[in-house]
Amino acid sequence: MSSRILKLLVIGIAVAVIAFARVGRFEPIEHVAASTAEDAVKARAAFNEAVKVFFSARCSNCHPGGDAPTQGDERRIHDQDVKRGTDGKGVAGMECATCHQAENMDGEGLPPGAPNWHMPPADNKMVFQGMTAAALCQQLKDPARNGGRKTLKESIHHIETDPLVGWAWNPGSGRTTPPLSQADFLKKLNEWIDAGAACPE
Amino acid sequence: MTKISVNKKVFETDSDPSTPMLWVLRDEFGLTGTKFGCGIAQCGSCTIHVDGEARRSCVTPISAVVGKEVTTIEGLSPDSSHPLQKAWIAEDAPQCGYCQSGQIMAAAAMLKKTPKPTDADIDQAMNGIICRCGTYNRVRAAIKLAAANGGK
Repeated sequence: MSSRILKLLVIGIAVAVIAFARVGRFEPIEHVAASTAEDAVKARAAFNEAVKVFFSARCSNCHPGGDAPTQGDERRIHDQDVKRGTDGKGVAGMECATCHQAENMDGEGLPPGAPNWHMPPADNKMVFQGMTAAALCQQLKDPARNGGRKTLKESIHHIETDPLVGWAWNPGSGRTTPPLSQADFLKKLNEWIDAGAACPE
Repeated sequence: MTKISVNKKVFETDSDPSTPMLWVLRDEFGLTGTKFGCGIAQCGSCTIHVDGEARRSCVTPISAVVGKEVTTIEGLSPDSSHPLQKAWIAEDAPQCGYCQSGQIMAAAAMLKKTPKPTDADIDQAMNGIICRCGTYNRVRAAIKLAAANGGK
């Protein structure tokens, strides 16, 4: 084999390896850092707006620190001593879906509904209640605590497309909605990510 | 016309798809073992199974059970021989009895998934079924007896 062919082969393999590495490249989200101080200020400002939605009753009621979901704007412990269960879908005989349907029921006092009504599972609680904005921000970036989502865009996709998340803006029966519209919430989250996703301090 | 399978028998109804199963079971299909308590999923008297899982029939629209198997207290066993039904009698669990079909259906759904329940498992599963007579201790004893007798 001539040295020229060998050289071409080596270059070919190198190109393939680099191409594969680029395609398969995974940038751990904790390494996403603001490129400039100005970006960091912009990112934090956007996050501080978006976080109001995470902390609103419609979102945080199913993201408690303990194993009991809460209900109402006052975040009282859920009636019937409802519990998370290991998979976040309740316990045997009293699952979330025992009462919560795939859609809201019309009428005072009736349980709200959306497809796949559930809480985060016991091994990845994704707590919103009792968190500071800074702590929640760090949690969102940590796949071990954010539901295994490896990129922030993946988390945004979930927020954008999961009907259970979307329910917060269509909660039925006179329930309040989060302080930002879903579109504005997504806009702020994208601004935060695009500016480097710095967390509040 | 909506076709619904209840206790392995196909029933038909002209009711609006948003009608709660409870109304259709009682008023149209004549299955009155399932009781109306509160109508807002707070008390548990109306509990049935949909594909084996506990559901409050007062808030379950008929559209949600199409293509699924509904089981009511009448279909839990062909001759009242389910271990829970036997244990209910052995422990004299009901007092006024109004909530008992809901109690038994919730317990049966739990035993399918948790055949050897602890007191905590039982309390957690049964918290949603309110008994105005306060027979909870006897209900718990009956569930334990049914579990000991291999009861799902």
